[in-house]
Amino acid sequence: MLTSTRESVMPEDKMPELIQMPSETRLVLQVGYHKRRWFNLIQLGIAVFLGIVLLSMALLPGLLSPYDPNAISLSNTLQAPSATHLLGTDQLGRDMLSRVIWGSQVSIFVAFCAVVLAGIFGTLLGVTAGYMGGVVDSIAMRMADIQLALPAVILALVLVGAIGFSIFNLILVLSLANWARFARVTRSEALSLRQRDFVLLAHLAGASSMRIIWRHIVPNVANTFIVLATLDVGIIIILEATLSFLGLGVQPPTPSWGAMIADGRGYLERAWWICGVPGLVLMGAVLSANLLGDALRDRLSPSMSQAW
Amino acid sequence: MIQYILRRLFQSGITVMLVTVIIFVIIRLIGDPTHLMLPPEATEADRQLLREQMGLDKSIPVQYFNYLLDLLQGQLGMSYRFARPALGVVMEAMGPTLMLTLAALLVAIAIGIPLGVAAAVRRDSWVDNAAKVFAVMGQAAPPFLFSLLFIRLFSIEFGWFPTGGYGKFSNLILPAIALGWYSAAGIMRLTRSSMTEVLESEYVKLARIKGVPEVVVVYKHALRNALLPVTTFTSLQFGILMGGAVSVEFVFAWPGVGRLILESISNLDYTVVQAAVTVGALIFTLVNLLVDIVYAYIDPRIRYA
Repeated sequence: MLTSTRESVMPEDKMPELIQMPSETRLVLQVGYHKRRWFNLIQLGIAVFLGIVLLSMALLPGLLSPYDPNAISLSNTLQAPSATHLLGTDQLGRDMLSRVIWGSQVSIFVAFCAVVLAGIFGTLLGVTAGYMGGVVDSIAMRMADIQLALPAVILALVLVGAIGFSIFNLILVLSLANWARFARVTRSEALSLRQRDFVLLAHLAGASSMRIIWRHIVPNVANTFIVLATLDVGIIIILEATLSFLGLGVQPPTPSWGAMIADGRGYLERAWWICGVPGLVLMGAVLSANLLGDALRDRLSPSMSQAW
Repeated sequence: MIQYILRRLFQSGITVMLVTVIIFVIIRLIGDPTHLMLPPEATEADRQLLREQMGLDKSIPVQYFNYLLDLLQGQLGMSYRFARPALGVVMEAMGPTLMLTLAALLVAIAIGIPLGVAAAVRRDSWVDNAAKVFAVMGQAAPPFLFSLLFIRLFSIEFGWFPTGGYGKFSNLILPAIALGWYSAAGIMRLTRSSMTEVLESEYVKLARIKGVPEVVVVYKHALRNALLPVTTFTSLQFGILMGGAVSVEFVFAWPGVGRLILESISNLDYTVVQAAVTVGALIFTLVNLLVDIVYAYIDPRIRYA
């Protein structure tokens, strides 16, 4: 097992104290250090478990959902969770469990595509800017500034309003509103990689810039990419849910978590589960992505700032 | 220092220019506004007249140039829904939005920094774990979900706060906390990691060896330096909060820019959308510029980077 986990490495300055301490205290400290590792393991376990549950929901909705997600039953509206409807029914008598399962398909598919698109675009732009420097760098960073100067939700709202809704447009809009983070972080990594001997040697050996970027820089930012992309899944899921909640994302009757929460707004008092169930599932999905991203960051690039 | 300010000013100017290009392009993507502004039975000649009045018959670069000229004079077109200048409509809504965003930022700082410091000082204690749970929760849910939870719990169940509206201090509390939690989580995590790093540095060790009381070490020696990265991060939160404010304003019926943008999109009142996004981007760029300058003043290393 790798021991480079940030949390688990004993801080150097604690060492001398440790040696001077009586043996029982030393033991207690070591227990504390193992406790932290257990804490991390439990977190990772929760993240992986939630991730597997949600992914299987997204991949096999037909198999897992007990009812048709769009089957309206006006005699069964606003039913509290029970044995027949495990998570209750909504204002049109549709089964909440089935809708949440089908909703995960849309939300997770959209988030996955948007992250891949934004990640690839941002990373390629970032490494090119960092390696080439000069004008290319200035242009790329000003482009990133524009994206960062417009809050993602507002940019996405206005764009969807402008180009109209479709799943493809939604993915496009979410990526357009979210690529700058990738560009910024990979650019600064490329800046430092540019100074490294193997890159300089490749340059001396006559390799073209394209080749150096593709063969030497990109593989070295792959870890960063994986970490950023995992953390970004959570951000995109939230962004997509926000758009759908505001009525500018996935359109009814296609179930999506955000739109389901919006449906439940008027029934907060009488039927909390219409908001609560998709809300909890949404939190579970984001939680899973965030915890997994944190664990990956600790393993793959411990130097990356927590701010990202 | 002056050189640095000038360089940043120049960069911000370019950013704002480019933002106006993007907004202009997006508004053009929407298509011919005369279809929205005139009744369906209007003749083609009427439409052509309106296009000429609005300058839409000119070439795209000329249209952009005219738009920029208007912008410099503070004219952002007429809102056809309100039948008055769009800029005025936006500025009226900007007050409530700024109030909500600043209140949320205050909540985020007031919770995030002390909690981050406490977690760093007592690492692996219950405080640290509780803070971690707080942060993980805050980053897992969008603000509108917290808004709904708070309404159900504190407005419907306990009846402590109103479910929405604007004007009284009690109206501000729930939206500010719902909006601020996400940023509080980020600020807390960054404070914790930055503080942990500083507490392990040589100069803090020296201060301890000298016998400086722990309270002074933590709050005077360590915190000052640990807060440097937190400052930049907090300024970036401003934009995130303005974005999050859209859904929070929607839930709490808060008369801010977010709700205005939403209503204007559904009413196809695009001059207002355009004005709102332009003003929002201007404010955000200005805030970032100010923070960068303050940051360069505090930490001279930045100026030469």
